[in-house]
Order: sequence, then C-alpha cells, then structure tokens
Amino acid sequence: MEKNNILVRDLCKQFDSFLLDHVSFQVPKGRIVGFIGENGAGKSTTINLILNECKRDEGQIQIFGEDNTIMSVKEEIGVVFDECNFHDVFSPLDIEKILSGVYKSWDGSLYRQYLKKFKIPERKQIGSFSKGMKMKLSIICAMAHKPKLLILDEATTGLDPVVRDEMLDLFLDFIQDEECSIFFSSHITSDIQKIADYVILIHQGKIIFEEQKDDLVYHFGIMKCGKEKFASIPPEDYMIHRITNVSVECLVRDKEAIKHKYKDIVVDNATLEDIMLFYIKGGAA
Amino acid sequence: MEIIISNSSDKPIYEQISIQVKNLIMNGTLSAGEAIPSMRALAKDLHISVITVQRAYEDLTRDGFIETVSGKGSFVAAQNKEFIQEEQLRIAEELLQKAAEIGRAHGISYEQLTSILKLFYEE
Repeated sequence: MEKNNILVRDLCKQFDSFLLDHVSFQVPKGRIVGFIGENGAGKSTTINLILNECKRDEGQIQIFGEDNTIMSVKEEIGVVFDECNFHDVFSPLDIEKILSGVYKSWDGSLYRQYLKKFKIPERKQIGSFSKGMKMKLSIICAMAHKPKLLILDEATTGLDPVVRDEMLDLFLDFIQDEECSIFFSSHITSDIQKIADYVILIHQGKIIFEEQKDDLVYHFGIMKCGKEKFASIPPEDYMIHRITNVSVECLVRDKEAIKHKYKDIVVDNATLEDIMLFYIKGGAA
Repeated sequence: MEIIISNSSDKPIYEQISIQVKNLIMNGTLSAGEAIPSMRALAKDLHISVITVQRAYEDLTRDGFIETVSGKGSFVAAQNKEFIQEEQLRIAEELLQKAAEIGRAHGISYEQLTSILKLFYEE
C-alpha cells in the first residue's frame, strides 16, 4: 500500500535567476502538511511542478504512487490558488455547469450544500463577491468533486480570522477520511501551527527542514543571554544565533535540556514564525 | 467527553489531553468499554493536528487506559481502577524514594522534604 499521497524526490527546476535545488519531501495519507517560506522561496514553483503545470528539469514526483504526468491523477486532486480565477460574469451555478463537465466525480448536491453552509448566493455574479466569498467559493469548488488530495497555495492568505477559522474547520473535516491529505502552503504560520501535522520550510529553492510540527513547537526554543555568557556556551548547544544590540538569541533544538544545563538562562518557547525567521535571517539581526 | 486545552500552559497539548482523559477515567466519568472520540474527530473539535491527538492516544494506550480497535475506534480499557491506582502509587513511591535518597545524601532534612511535598501537593 502506498502510504504517501505526494512523494517528491530530488526535484530540480532552473529559471533564469532561480533554482529549485534537489527538493525532496512527502505528504503522507491522512496528514496535513504545511509548506512555509518567504515570498519567492519556491513554494508556488514546487506546487506548479507537482501539478505538472510546468516541466521539471530533474527528479521524481509521484501522486498516489503514480507519476504526476499521468492525466488521471488530476481527477482526484483539488487545487486552490491565492486568487479566485473564475470570471466575474459567472455565478456559482454557472461554475457548476462548467466544472461538472470537467470532473467525472463532481457532486452537485455536495456543492450546493457547501454553498448554503458558507452563505454564498447561487445566482449572483462572482464579480460582486468580496474577497472572502471568492476564496470560499474557490475552496468549495476544489472540494466538490471529492478529491483525495487538496493542494492549497496561499489559499487562506488575505482572509479575515472568522473566514480562516471556517476554512480550517472545513480542512479538518476533509481529513476525517484517512485516505485524504492536504498540502498547504502559506506564509501565515499561525494557521499551519494550528492544524498541520508536518511542516516543511523552503528557503531559496532548498528544503531547510521537514519536521513533525509538535517537535518544532514543543522542543525547539529560544535561548536568550548576554554576550559574555554567550561566549561560554559551546556552539553545539545551539543551532543558529542572532546578536542584537542588547543580547544574544539562539535557536535551540531541545529547550528542556538547555534549561537543565544552564540554570540562569532565559529559554522561551518558539513559535513556527520564530523558527522560520531564525532559519531565513540566520545570523543577521 | 470534556477536554479543555490551554494554549498558555507549559504542558504540551498531547500531555494535556492524556492527563485529562486519565482523570476522566480515574474519577469514573468515563467507564470501561465506553467509546471515546476518534483521533480525527477530536483533532477537529480541538482545532489541532491529528498527530498531536495520536500521540496522546498512544501514551494512553501504552499506559493501559484505552484500547484502539482498528476500524472501530478507541475505547476505555476494561482494566479495573484499583490496578491503575496501584500502578500510579508504585510510580509515586519510586520518585519519592529517589527524593529521600537525595535528601539523605546531601543533608536535606526530613522536615524540609515533607514540607516541599506538602507544598507541591496542595498546589
């Protein structure tokens, strides 16, 4: 039995000024995987390659255990991009007419059920929708053919907290089926911190880490101390340090061990955002 | 099943879940054989990731509090309460023994130790 819905191995893609460099990761069945990184880090490029929207130079991409260039795999994928790409003059009912012809497994009653649940008017033109409504519609459209894999590229960015929360609910609902998984790119790390099982950080086209979220949130920490004290700490005790005008901050892998070893030192919990900033900005203050 | 998760607590969420389920079993709110929510359902209700709940359930299974039947869900284990209580007592004894040894070796008085214990217990 294939246990991953997405498997990426040594994926490379060269653009003029950007290189996606031997990217490898996996999205196991039944899991939500968060994909974080700054703008331009390669998140959307990776997603486009997975969807076979652009051609890879090297490497391997498997979806449901099959090569991603096989057309039939797309039948079971739902995709949401950061913008609603439906034409303004259409209404949600028009969209249904189109998409029900695209997907064999389109479920019209599920679609209308979702529209009702998220209070989206069936007959109104999409052009008059708010950004939140458009985004909700995109997400609903991606889910109405009952896919096994949901790929979201910055789909919750730009939504208000209420709508984001509704969407997280919908995603957690989706994952109730153990065969399904979600691959979720965002630079809003708080959403990922809430619901993701695994987190992948990409920076300048390279994967920096692929970790279980709980390990990141519960074991990683930020140690803070004065410069003098810092000089006495062996480098193997921290991963990355950052010197500010008033103190030194270090990212540590095991905050309990550090607390135990150095009694008089401040060790804070690290959020995903902190960890991402440490890796991306590194030593720079 | 009522579970209350604190985001400002120092305790990891999986630990908060396993402690609370243990308490519910020990105080009889959950009885043997009773079904508890599936991992995925609980993750959804708490708005947390499935792996977090999975970890709590794994700990509970390891400690004999729940049993998971694949395809059917998780249930409170049919073990009797006294056994669990005895097990917990044994763990507490071990830790107290360690504390007593440290006390003896380093000249911490019996009174000091008991007052510390009292303080923690009433916390």
